[in-house]
Amino acid sequence: MTTAKISLVSKVLLLIISALFVGSIFVPMWQIELNAPQYPEGLVLKLHANKIGGDVDIINGLNHYIGMATLHTENFIEFKILPYVFAGFGLISLLLIFIAKRKAVLVFFITYVLFVILAGIDFYRWNYEYGHNLDPNAAIRVPGMAYQPPLIGYKQLLNFGAYSIPDIGGWMLAAAGLFLFVIIFKEYELFKKKK
Amino acid sequence: MKNTFVKAVAVVALGSALVTSCKPKSSGDAVSGDAAQKAYVAPGKYDEFYNFVSGGFSGQLSVYGLPSGRLFRVIPVFSVDPEKGWGYSEETKPMLNTSHGFVPWDDLHHTEMSQTNGEIDGRWVFGNANNTPRIARIDLKTFKTAEIIELPNSGGNHSSPFITENTEYVVAGTRFSVPGDYSNGDVPINTYKENFKGHISFVKVGKEGEMDLAFQIVTPGVNFDLSHAGKGKSHGWFFFSCYNTEQANTLLEVNASQKDKDFIMAVNWKKAEEYIKAGKGKKQSVKYAHNTWDEKTHTAKSEIKTEVLVLDSAELKDICYMIPCPKSPHGCDVDPSGEFIVGSGKLAALIPVFSFDKMQSAIAKKQFEGNYGGIPVIKYEAALHGEVKKPGLGPLHTEFDGKGNAYTTFFVSSEVVKWDIKSLKVLDRVPTYYSVGHLMIPGGDSKKPFGKYLVAYNKITKDRYLPTGPELAQSAQIFDISGDKMKLILDFPTIGEPHYAQAAPADLIRNNGQLKFYKIGENNHPYVTKGEKESKVVREGNKVHVYMTSIRSHFAPDNIEGIKVGDEVYFHVTNLEQDWDVPHGFAIKGADNGELLIMPGETTTLKWIPKKVGMYPMYCTDFCSALHQEMSGYVRVSPAGSNVPITYSVGTNLPATK
Repeated sequence: MTTAKISLVSKVLLLIISALFVGSIFVPMWQIELNAPQYPEGLVLKLHANKIGGDVDIINGLNHYIGMATLHTENFIEFKILPYVFAGFGLISLLLIFIAKRKAVLVFFITYVLFVILAGIDFYRWNYEYGHNLDPNAAIRVPGMAYQPPLIGYKQLLNFGAYSIPDIGGWMLAAAGLFLFVIIFKEYELFKKKK
Repeated sequence: MKNTFVKAVAVVALGSALVTSCKPKSSGDAVSGDAAQKAYVAPGKYDEFYNFVSGGFSGQLSVYGLPSGRLFRVIPVFSVDPEKGWGYSEETKPMLNTSHGFVPWDDLHHTEMSQTNGEIDGRWVFGNANNTPRIARIDLKTFKTAEIIELPNSGGNHSSPFITENTEYVVAGTRFSVPGDYSNGDVPINTYKENFKGHISFVKVGKEGEMDLAFQIVTPGVNFDLSHAGKGKSHGWFFFSCYNTEQANTLLEVNASQKDKDFIMAVNWKKAEEYIKAGKGKKQSVKYAHNTWDEKTHTAKSEIKTEVLVLDSAELKDICYMIPCPKSPHGCDVDPSGEFIVGSGKLAALIPVFSFDKMQSAIAKKQFEGNYGGIPVIKYEAALHGEVKKPGLGPLHTEFDGKGNAYTTFFVSSEVVKWDIKSLKVLDRVPTYYSVGHLMIPGGDSKKPFGKYLVAYNKITKDRYLPTGPELAQSAQIFDISGDKMKLILDFPTIGEPHYAQAAPADLIRNNGQLKFYKIGENNHPYVTKGEKESKVVREGNKVHVYMTSIRSHFAPDNIEGIKVGDEVYFHVTNLEQDWDVPHGFAIKGADNGELLIMPGETTTLKWIPKKVGMYPMYCTDFCSALHQEMSGYVRVSPAGSNVPITYSVGTNLPATK
């Protein structure tokens, strides 16, 4: 490859990536499903880019038994920032079509990976905070028990089983990352070097 | 010696053969091997049908599952129910108001589900009050009584609440003829023939189910018993059975059983509508209550109405026609096609089946044999399709399976008999335990029966279950009718005394938009408390209003002082929960009425007048959470004239620190 200009296929992928970023603002990113004998239908927390949705009122009603703080969208600065971040990512992806340089895509990809790691740490921190910072006067106190939901996967918390997995927005963001990776793979001709 | 021995053996053998061959089959023999499997609904699985069964003298409506016979719920309708606060909470008291004031009990005999195009549509179920004549409408989204309308000029609303095929009207017919409310009722009882009149009522049903007494038809004094609407080709007609055409006012057992034939009265209600448009109805001054439940204010309203439009059957010749029917007819049932009308003379040994087409032609050709109180009497043979010969003794009610078969109950011979509607041939018979009254096939009185199960509702139980003293459970029996032969698969005890019932496929009700809880945002109760911060206690003279909230697991306020003996205290309790199946209850010591069961998002009021000084605990009665036992509080009652001020709190009224 003599020029650093990216191919048409990569541009189309960037357009899709841009749409995925913007689209993820409007659908839930992450979900924590809770199941208990009394809730055969299940309860679910839906984390959107801009709010907490799902059965948040019912879960807040139950939290006081173990002394967990109630969840309110306005207590998280993340829900104010995230929509702009994803809109920004969408815009950058669009601009990259015109910049059309593979190095620029690489820089953006690395930035995005760093963001994902940061977001994961932030999510863990909040989970830890809510799971451990319990009211000492709570009705149910189990010595040594914390109620931190898993970052990803399944964990039993007293009578509730918590299952933390990406929702549609999360899968869109994952797809965006994957497509960025594909572009880099392709543009740096990593396939060919292996041969 | 030898000879005697042989004789003795022969006698014993013959005797035992006689005994074994003549002894009727025991009820155990009537159950075939796979019965349990057919009635078994595994734990956690749903029944195929909802069965809405009249509670009879309980005044309520019970809801069972078919084929399991499991009881799901008893909906209070015409009788007070302290368990649910029905008739005890301030909000529900107006539902039981009548022109006679508050009536705490009635007798619900028949249920009928709303229909569209002659098919059950799953919106409402209606019920009749047999004692103080009324019709109730129960909403099947909430399983709650939504409306009750009283019927003037009536005594004993028995031939009710049957409906037309698009739920245009729900009807009522007086069981006991009485002098109309608009005439003088203070007359000697033995002036029945001159002064007593029958009134049948047509109650219009609106789009939202709202009921309005559109008109009544006045008839000679007789006892109207049961009724059913025409359907399909006979839509526009209604058929009422009547007995005591002898017009007896005493010892009816004898005096109302004199004539060989009484009548089925055919009513052309479309014609009646035309007469009303033409201004032929007379407005009469009466008094009746119309009670409605408002789901937004969670409160009932009772309105007394004062006028009814009455059409005279003798004057307007072509509204009503009498069809002679043998021996005090009871059931009056119309087959799914609308062509055949089955009359069941309760003392008869045959079943007459009338033809709508033949009846129409008889009317056109004026094949009358005179008149009854001014109403033309059609010749029996002119309207008759045919008679079912020797079906059994004492036919009462008939339902249909949609496959050309009819099923009739026989009280006296205690059996259900299956027969072919067209050929009138008896096809099968099964015994019931004992003395069956009504029967029900899901959709069995509509255009579209679901002919899989038949339920017989029996009047006598005797040895069917473990004995419980002189008073026994009532009994229902489920038969599988999917094959040629009826097969008993289960019997189950019921509440009250079941009369007529209805059933609908489970999905029709389950998926009708079932309400799970009331939205607190839409609660417009005048005393609603939409959050703990708004909870308060307000004194207005000797009336005290407590604006109270309940949420797992506390009341707010839960400490109240400053109440005085003789105060009228109103606990307006709002359940703040917004989730399915989290009701809270409320009860306070010494309350001389019931408890409250408050559904999520609902506000309900208990009136309490403390009579003694002291400390009164109050608590949640519906096990709501792990800390339900902690959901309680205290009300301090001081002597009348005390100057303890009103104070109230939750969580802050702690012991004074030294």
